[in-house]
Amino acid sequence: MEAVVFFVAAIGALGGAIGVISMRNPFYSVLALIIHLFSLAALFLLLTAAFVAAAQVVVYAGAVMVLYVFVVAYVGGGGESAWEPIPFQRFLAPLLGIALFVELSIAVLGSALKALETHGPDARNGFGDPAAIGRLLLEKFLLPFEASSILLLLAAVGAIVLASRRREVEGEAPSKHSPTRLEGASPSTPHV
Amino acid sequence: MNITWYIVLSSLLFATGVLGILIRRSPMVILLCLELMLNAGNLALVAFSRMVGNEQGQVFAVIVMVIAACEVVVGLGLIVAIFRRRLPLNVDDLRELRG
Repeated sequence: MEAVVFFVAAIGALGGAIGVISMRNPFYSVLALIIHLFSLAALFLLLTAAFVAAAQVVVYAGAVMVLYVFVVAYVGGGGESAWEPIPFQRFLAPLLGIALFVELSIAVLGSALKALETHGPDARNGFGDPAAIGRLLLEKFLLPFEASSILLLLAAVGAIVLASRRREVEGEAPSKHSPTRLEGASPSTPHV
Repeated sequence: MNITWYIVLSSLLFATGVLGILIRRSPMVILLCLELMLNAGNLALVAFSRMVGNEQGQVFAVIVMVIAACEVVVGLGLIVAIFRRRLPLNVDDLRELRG
């Protein structure tokens, strides 16, 4: 039973990942990433990481993907040009990817970690549930927890500054920018 | 299932993310591929935490999720800023910083 769930979730995760990199429309890529994230949440559940699985579904597949969908809807999915800056890039890149996978596998399987071939020790009752994670976060890892909260605040403020309209700024000092830049900053008729 | 299966799946997903970054040119899809790579790292962290029988790896995975959310927010803000300035949304055309 566990093997069936693992293989279904693994095929979902891998299929979602391949969908992300092969879809031409970014909107479909985002949808494929949502499939990938849900499959990964199932894998986390198999590894008795209930809190991480719940956070994956709620935070990632919920909040972050909504952000992506909004930006894709705003920017619009433009087709990519087939121009290759490096010759034979389409053929070299898969070779490099396969080489990386082989290298990582050799590095992991060649490491003399004996417990790799086991299921891990028997999980005690409540392994990885929110209570245990919360206790670790507030006792042992309090400083990283607070630092990550400050980082989230900084990222939110930075994103607002980055994505806000610049008309007010340019209106105060219009001489510093060329007229074409002012023209380009108005969001009325977008074209890519 | 052995932990080895999870680790091999994680390295496969990581290689897929690297492949996507190598072949795609839209910055949005490149951000999605970064998410793939971070999630592959998360899977390996949780699998190793199960292997050791200690929840600290799962805390690490939660922190990685926070970092990934920050990266997404800043990256999408950059994409919106690029779009507002009418620059092409193509990483091969945005090479002014290369000197």
